[in-house]
Amino acid sequence: MPVTAFHAPSSLADALALLAAGGRPVAGGTDLVVELAAAPDGGPPGALVSLHRLAELRSVAVEDGDLVMGAGVTVATLREHPLVREHAPVLAQAADRFAGPQVRNAATLGGNLCHASPAADLAPPLLVLDAVVVLAGGEGGEAERRVPVDAFFVGPRRTARLPGELLTAVRVPLRGGRRASFQKGGTRPSMDISVVSVAASAELRDGVLRHARIALGAVGPTPLRSPAAEAVLEGAPATAATVAAAARAVLRDARPIDDVRASAAYRLHLLGVLAQRVIRDVIDR
Amino acid sequence: MRQILRLTVNGEAAESLVAPHQSLADFLREDLGLTGTKHGCDLGDCGACTVLVDGEPRLSCITLALECEGREVTTIEGVARDGRVHPVQEAFDRCVAAQCGYCTPGLVLSCVALLRDNPSPSEAQIRAGLSGNICRCTGYTKIMDAVREAAVELAGQAPSPAEGSRRD
Ligand SMILES: Cc1cc2nc3c(=O)[nH]c(=O)nc-3n(C[C@H](O)[C@H](O)[C@H](O)COP(=O)(O)OP(=O)(O)OC[C@H]3O[C@@H](n4cnc5c(N)ncnc54)[C@H](O)[C@@H]3O)c2cc1C
Ligand code: FES
Ligand code: FES
Repeated sequence: MPVTAFHAPSSLADALALLAAGGRPVAGGTDLVVELAAAPDGGPPGALVSLHRLAELRSVAVEDGDLVMGAGVTVATLREHPLVREHAPVLAQAADRFAGPQVRNAATLGGNLCHASPAADLAPPLLVLDAVVVLAGGEGGEAERRVPVDAFFVGPRRTARLPGELLTAVRVPLRGGRRASFQKGGTRPSMDISVVSVAASAELRDGVLRHARIALGAVGPTPLRSPAAEAVLEGAPATAATVAAAARAVLRDARPIDDVRASAAYRLHLLGVLAQRVIRDVIDR
Repeated sequence: MRQILRLTVNGEAAESLVAPHQSLADFLREDLGLTGTKHGCDLGDCGACTVLVDGEPRLSCITLALECEGREVTTIEGVARDGRVHPVQEAFDRCVAAQCGYCTPGLVLSCVALLRDNPSPSEAQIRAGLSGNICRCTGYTKIMDAVREAAVELAGQAPSPAEGSRRD
């Protein structure tokens, strides 16, 4: 997109007005600036609306029983923040496996979700935590709209975010007793886009799994949950047989493709292995 | 349309007109003539363009210059202290941790930030801390030696203002 101007509003109201006028949000720029460099003349011209001066987008707090993380919180902060480590350690785990130090210092939570790559590493953890995204702007003006992360990804690189809307925060309902785990497979431990990623969460009561969630990255058009595996886990005993059955069920919900990073067959193989690991980790944790 | 950018680079105020899509790397090299910051991939993958923004390592090739309004940027030209090269630079020199040297400015800046935040890193922590910097010549063994030597050297010294303090 030919960039016509760069704005750095210091209030949310100003930012929403600039977005309503057709501006495009830029947070860490780690997806967007790469995209602009690759296709400087692609698409219609427009203005960039930087989010870096909006302090309200950078807070992490517990509010009304939810962990509330601003859209502008960086991956580096997710990795280290005491509230994230306490209430959503699976998100800190994914942040730890994300890119390298320089990218983590720039990349944001909102940018990861709005870019909506099927391989977005923060998506599977947020899916298994029943997270909800908060949107403002567009038709609704400054009024907020909430969308479960589950319904936010609608296609490859497409989300439920409407024109002019800004993702302002992500809310994770706190639930005592929930355990969760994340695994990512790539070709090296850092600086690698996921070939496959998996997250799982569940509560374990009297040796039985409840509220089981399992979510997959890079094996479909969007990050997605696996209803087949969740059905196997729900109410099942925490045994090796359950782990094996759920890891098999996950494969029914995956629709991987061949691309430069891996073949579909390798992705399915890796998915089975990583799914076993996360479910076992949830049980043993 | 060009827009005005005001920031601090290596401790000095700088002001320039930049294009809205101009990268920080371009601004540093073309507008300020600070060519120690390298263009490697220009895609965020290699780390050759690493600089510190408010003390934090960032990739200047995928950082918009205008994002740095009012901030403090440190490039390789700014890490020397009192006319003496930084202990990390000395250690790279002593250990022969560079061959072509193209990755070296970025590695030095990542290393300066790593040792400021974690003065005695483990082997694994050094590897993780430098994982965003690729070197295609050395095989990393001598780079690891240099980081360990620099850590020992720095342990006996006070931090310099050029390294900045990290602002969250
Ligand atoms: C070297 C490298 C390594 C990477 N490694 C990983 C990795 O390991 N895992 C991974 O998941 N990703 C990785 N990425 C991709 C990228 O870093 C992430 O997707 C990152 O979270 C994007 O966030 P950002 O703040 O940089 O977004 P930006 O690039 O600023 O924005 C991305 C998109 O989201 C929109 N947007 C941003 N914020 C908002 C908001 N609040 N409301 C509405 N729209 C918004 C922008 O308009 C743009 O379309 C990597 C990228 C690079 C360059
Ligand atoms: S030149 Fe910036 S990461 Fe390669
Ligand atoms: S010394 Fe040549 S790339 Fe590192």
